[in-house]
Parts: sequence; C-alpha cells; structure tokens
Amino acid sequence: MNFHLSRSLQVTVVFLIMAGILALALGGFFGALSQRVIAGLVSIQSWFSTRYVAVEDLLSAPRDIVSLRTRNAELEAEVSQLQAQVIELQQRVNETDILAALVDFSRANPESTYRAAAVIGRDPSPFLHYVIINRGSNDGIRRGMPVVTNQGLVGRIDAVISDASRVQLVTDPGSAVNVHLQNADADAVLLGSVTGDVSLDMISQEARIEAGDLILTSGLGGGYPPDLIIGQVVTTRRLEFELFQQATVQPAVDFSRLEIVLVITNFRPIEISPLQVESVQ
Amino acid sequence: MRNLVAFPILLLGVLFQSAVLSQLRLVAGFADFILVWLAAWSLQEQVDSAPQWAAIGALFTGFVTHVPAIAVAAGYFSVVILAKLLSRRVWQAPILAMLAVTLLGTILVQAETYLVLRLTGTPLPLLGSLTAVTIPSLILNLLLAIPVFAWARDLAAWTYPEFAQA
Repeated sequence: MNFHLSRSLQVTVVFLIMAGILALALGGFFGALSQRVIAGLVSIQSWFSTRYVAVEDLLSAPRDIVSLRTRNAELEAEVSQLQAQVIELQQRVNETDILAALVDFSRANPESTYRAAAVIGRDPSPFLHYVIINRGSNDGIRRGMPVVTNQGLVGRIDAVISDASRVQLVTDPGSAVNVHLQNADADAVLLGSVTGDVSLDMISQEARIEAGDLILTSGLGGGYPPDLIIGQVVTTRRLEFELFQQATVQPAVDFSRLEIVLVITNFRPIEISPLQVESVQ
Repeated sequence: MRNLVAFPILLLGVLFQSAVLSQLRLVAGFADFILVWLAAWSLQEQVDSAPQWAAIGALFTGFVTHVPAIAVAAGYFSVVILAKLLSRRVWQAPILAMLAVTLLGTILVQAETYLVLRLTGTPLPLLGSLTAVTIPSLILNLLLAIPVFAWARDLAAWTYPEFAQA
C-alpha cells in the first residue's frame, strides 16, 4: 500500500514538475536559457555538417575536377569561337558599310564606270606612299586610271600585273595633281610629301583662299578627270616676295584606313609629254 | 638544296612586310623585315649563302615596291657584306654584331634608297626624310633585331644540322 502510494506520489510530483517547466517555458521564463541551448546545438550541428561536406568534397573532388575541367575547356572553346564570330561579323558589317557607301557614290556619279578593289598591301619602302590592290589587267585595270573612294580622290594606277595593281597615292612625295580651288576659283598643284601630308603650291598671289575652301581636281594635264573631291584648305601662307601662295590641306580620304577603293575604268590619262617636248624645242 | 627554304621564308617575309609592318608606322617610318632578316642570317657562322638570300629578297621586294629593283638589291647586298665584315670583328658577341649591322645596314639602305629616288625625280627633303623616316625606321629595326636574330639562329641550326652537331 505504501509502495503504491509512494509510486503515485512520485508520478504526481514528476507530472507537476513537468507541467511547471512547461508552464514556465510557455510563459517565456526559459527564453534566454533555451536560446543558449539551441545556439549551442546549432553550432555543434554546423561543425559536424561542415566537416562532413569537406570530407565528401575531398572524396568526390577528383571526379568533379575532371568533369569541371572538361566543361571549362568546352566553354572556353565556345567563347573563343563566339568571339571569332563576333569579330568576323563586325568586319562584315564594316565592309558592308564601306561597300554601301561606294555603291551610293557610283550611283551619284554615273558618268564613270567603276571597279571595286581591296587594298591588300603597301609599298615596303617608307619613303613612298603606294598601296597594292587586288585587281589587275584581267579585270580591265590599266596604268594611269584614277582611284577613288566615296570620300574623294585616292591616287592613280602606277603599275599593273594580271591580278594586282600598285596605286600611287596623292600623298606620295612624287605625286603632283592639278587642282581647282572652288571658292577662290583658282588653280593650284597638290603635292604629297614623305610624311604623308599634302599641300598646295603654285596658287596665284591674287587668289583669295581661305581655310575650309574645297579642293577638286581640275582635269588640267589629262592625268585625272575633273571635279573629284580631294579635301579642304587648312592654312594658307602668302608672302609678298614669293611668286605663289602655299596652303596645307586636310585630305577628304583617310589614307591610313584604306580598305576598299574604286578604280575609274572608263578614264584614260592623256599623254601630253610629246606636246611639252615640242613646246620646249 | 637547303637554300630552297629561302623562297618561302622571304616570300612570306615580303608579304608580312607589305601587309602588316608597312602599316605599323612610327612617324613616317616602319621596320624593314627583309633587311633585318638578311642581317641576322648573314651573321650566322655556318651560313654561306647569304648573298643568294639577298638576291631572292631583292627580287621579291623589287616586285612589290616602286623603288628601282637595282637599288633594293644594292641595299640588301650592302647589308650582307656589312654583316660578314662585322661578324669577323665582333664574333664573340653576336647580339652586339646584330645590333651594329642593323644600325649601319638601315642607314646604308635608306641612304641608297634616298639617293636613287632623288636621282629618279622624287622630291625628298633631306632633313625631313632623316627625321620622319630614317630615325623612326632605325628604332623599329633595332626592336625587331633581337627576335629575328633568334629565329635566324634556330633556322640555321635546322638547315645546317652537321654544324650544330660539330
């Protein structure tokens, strides 16, 4: 009887203790304590979890590294391929822009017939300003034909072989082009130089030239057709004791970025040297 | 037979010169790959065919340039002669010899080109040509000289294996 009583008492006491703890917990009296306990448990679990993941990575790493390296190589190859495609497409867009401009130019100047050519090289001598184009006698190119872009005059054909030609640029030190200053209504000679700068000489002292004046080929001498744009006057030099004025010129064509040019194939230069010899004699 | 390799190398050299190096300008000058290559090749002790290489180089370059072929050939032969003369005197320091040949060879070739162009009617100012073309070209040639010398040494070892073994 005493045994049953004491057992019932124990159960009751334990129940009351549990109920008390529960009531205290629900009442928020164990908040700080439970947070500390939970934080401790979380730390321990994190520690175990981190070690477990590290061990798992260590065991499975060789397989992953091989697959990652393979994938990385594939992606790098793909990136390289895409970059090459982007560059190629950019080049095509540039070429298309240039060709569209040249087509516009040829449509705006229907009196001439043109042959498009790509610039494939430059003269190996730094003293000279010549370019090599990929059209030759097989394409109807002949010596002396003028070469232009949509921006203006480039030069003229100097030498021809079957599939290529050499073009003397107007910037070459040996180049001399008879030009007409449109605003001043005066003639002059455009000269190249070793540095690639171009200048005007033989301008009459009476001519009133100003910066910005447009320079066109005059057609005198028969070397070039008239009215091809060359550039603009930048500065002038007029000295009273000199026979002629000089001027520096900004060419319309960017000679450092020549890619595609047009050869005017229906123009034949006129050979006037026999007339000059007769006149001298 | 081994000198046949001169044709593809010099042909590629002229194409590289015309398509690439001629566009890489410093002021108005640019490097002359064929000149530098001939200097490097002539300085290789085992090479006995440098004049033939100069002739082939002049042939290819003369085909592309407006400069008279005879002037190009004279310039390149001058470089070969200069290299042979200098290699006997400063043979213990090949890099020094290479730089010296490049320096003197560039001046020699440019002077010859200048004179021939003046004689054929191209109006070139002396001072302008010197400052805008010759000095910048000289600097670029000297920069090109060291790697080209290494390539020429490798090619010489490949084309003259018996000399390398000895």
